[in-house]
Amino acid sequence: MNANALLARVRGQIPLLVTSVLLVSMFTAGSVQYDGFFSGQVLLNLLIDNAFLLVVAVGMTFVVLTGGIDLSVGAVVALSTMVSAWLVEQHGWPPLLVIPLVLLMGTAGGWVMGWVIHTFEIQPFIVTLAGMFLARGLCYTISIESISITDPSYTAMAQTRIPLGDLFISPSVLIALLVVAAAFVVLHYTRFGRNVYALGGSEQSALLMGLPVARTKTTVYAISGFCSALGGVLLTFYMLSGYGLHAVGLELDAIAAVVIGGTLLTGGSGYLLGTLLGVLVLGLIQTIISFQGTLSSWWTRIVIGGLLFVFIVLQRLITARRR
Amino acid sequence: MRQQPVLEVRGIRKEFPGVVALDGVDFRLFPGEVHALMGENGAGKSTLIKVLTGVYPADGGEMVLAGERVRIAGPLQAQQAGISTVYQEVNLCPNLSVAENIFIGREPRRLGLIAWAEMRRRAAELVRTLDLDIDVSAPLDSYSIAVQQLVAIVRAVDVSAKVLILDEPTSSLDRDEVSQLFTVMRRLRDQGVAILFVSHFLDQIYEICDRMTVLRNGRLEGEYLTSELNQVDLVSRMIGSELAGLDQLAGGQRGERSAPAAGPAFLEAEGLARRGAVEPYDLAIRPGEVIGLAGLLGSGRTEAARLLFGADHKDGGAVRINGTEADLRTPRDAIAHGIAFCSENRKTEGLVGELTVRENIVLALQAARGWTRPLSRTAQDALAERWIRTLDIRPGDSEALVRNLSGGNQQKVLLARWLITDPKLLILDEPTRGIDIGAKAEIQKLVADLAEKGMAVLFISAELEEVLRLSHRVGVLRDRRMVAQLRNDGGLTPERVLATIASGAEQ
Repeated sequence: MNANALLARVRGQIPLLVTSVLLVSMFTAGSVQYDGFFSGQVLLNLLIDNAFLLVVAVGMTFVVLTGGIDLSVGAVVALSTMVSAWLVEQHGWPPLLVIPLVLLMGTAGGWVMGWVIHTFEIQPFIVTLAGMFLARGLCYTISIESISITDPSYTAMAQTRIPLGDLFISPSVLIALLVVAAAFVVLHYTRFGRNVYALGGSEQSALLMGLPVARTKTTVYAISGFCSALGGVLLTFYMLSGYGLHAVGLELDAIAAVVIGGTLLTGGSGYLLGTLLGVLVLGLIQTIISFQGTLSSWWTRIVIGGLLFVFIVLQRLITARRR
Repeated sequence: MRQQPVLEVRGIRKEFPGVVALDGVDFRLFPGEVHALMGENGAGKSTLIKVLTGVYPADGGEMVLAGERVRIAGPLQAQQAGISTVYQEVNLCPNLSVAENIFIGREPRRLGLIAWAEMRRRAAELVRTLDLDIDVSAPLDSYSIAVQQLVAIVRAVDVSAKVLILDEPTSSLDRDEVSQLFTVMRRLRDQGVAILFVSHFLDQIYEICDRMTVLRNGRLEGEYLTSELNQVDLVSRMIGSELAGLDQLAGGQRGERSAPAAGPAFLEAEGLARRGAVEPYDLAIRPGEVIGLAGLLGSGRTEAARLLFGADHKDGGAVRINGTEADLRTPRDAIAHGIAFCSENRKTEGLVGELTVRENIVLALQAARGWTRPLSRTAQDALAERWIRTLDIRPGDSEALVRNLSGGNQQKVLLARWLITDPKLLILDEPTRGIDIGAKAEIQKLVADLAEKGMAVLFISAELEEVLRLSHRVGVLRDRRMVAQLRNDGGLTPERVLATIASGAEQ
């Protein structure tokens, strides 16, 4: 019986283990194959280029852990860049006011979707799909063109390099890592976080055990909304513009990162640090393809697609053996 | 004993679409007693419990807890008010660790963060009070249903309950585990906890309960001291009539099963095995023969049957049907060969709760015919009506949703679904678990009749009496191994089967 229990504990970690091995072997392969690949800065650039994706994927992790899904994140990111650019550039609002406002907007949007999902017992898929269309559409009511941002605080955020010895990171990386750390503590060390897992394990049981199911469900979507808005803010630091076509398909990248990071799509099982690894794997695929030089960037998609298949089948094998 | 009741409800009413589940029920529960809630399937026991725990809002009536009128709006309020419940089906989160399942919602915290080490330490202490030897940091689903049930009780007990509701907690426990549970229940009762206990095992009721409340058809039948109501009176009050011949049903046929006509076997299994589930076993079933599988919980009874149905892949061995080798890779193959399987887990593996009784009944038949040849609505109605009548499914409404039916009636719907396909071999896994004595007798009689008419039956049950009453031969399993096949020729007693289980060799 104890061997059985031990096995069950290890089993939950297999996807995480596979992802770690994948990451290390991809990095090793890249280092052997390409000159200049093996450097700390290449690794840090992964974080710099994907900080916004990381933040969005963290929010997505909460939602997927409850067994839900949030398709609106990409559109909310775009809307956040658009609102930021519009208010800062065309209305001259100070960034210190605009950024909190955008974050509040994203959180509120997520909260409303969560409330609808819970109250009317509608599939998260369809509610957040509606949210996606809504947010994407709202972008174009502001402008159908891209709005560049020239505000000095934004350009400062874009250009600042935080030195780490010989290497450097951007302020966005710092923010993203803070989000990861905070989310890790929330998920693994607070009652709310454990309720998220319980909800993903069995909503019926969670209800009968007297857990606050309604609050937990609305809160995870609010968190995802907050993370999307923050991802949008980080994207404005990176792109220095607001545009309705920013972050098209980002929701799918975020879901892919979460799944490759070892979180079960059916909910209840997964680790936040897995999501970090998942984002790094996606980033590394992109880096390798850009180092390779001759392949078109669409190969990134093809590889991600292949990996997703492998991981979904892996998840299935693990859960099927659990009966 | 004449103190204030800790919990009192008056005139509780609850309706579902098309069904009045509770009609003006009164109920009292005193501190320091074990109180049985009795009634047939569909009498309203489960509904009353769900109203008490706030899962369903009552449509009428009032509830007084510790002298104050209360409205319980949900399971959380019920828990906070001191009412904890352990349900028939384990309602915990299988993905979380044992420790978390015990403490979730009330985890010990330090500086606002969960103190994992302390939680595990306290969980381990609690688990030890039940003499359970399990690793509290392992996920719950790595343990058997029985252990999960005990974990649910540990949780409920630790939620410092004034009122502890146990809804069929013993239906999946073996004897030792039941006595373990009773020890804990007595300890709690002596501490002044009021325990509401629901079980279909009359012996258990008489062993542990002080008083009982009997429900019938959603109405209160009466409240009695256990010592003042004998078992026969109790049963007649549950059923509502002096059921003539109950004694005969309950004991008449025991141990007197003559062997069916010897002939070629319908199904022969040779060396059938699956690693981690059941070791290689041989089995032959002839038409008209009932074979019982006996063994403790987790001995591999269900696993052995699942291999015959193709529900799990075999690792080795072969199955011959009517003498020719059959490759049963999926339940579909098995069904095509005339094998039917009523699973023990009717909630998750059998019925579709969102469909009506009629739709559930015709499901397997329709699947066997293929979707290109749909059954007409008239034919469906006729079939549903016939089986509702034959098996006395209540409420007798073919359009009622199956999830609104009681456990025993759901079991009958499941049976009807398979019988309609006219199987050659019927596998019944715990068909009488968690259903009342009247329905139990009906199902036993039905099994005997079916065998009489030439159907082969594989009958799995935790109740040895029942296995012996029905079976021509009894396969005994122990630790995932078929240790003996005993001929039920009159000399076979529960004691002998138990001795075989205990020693692992034929007695």
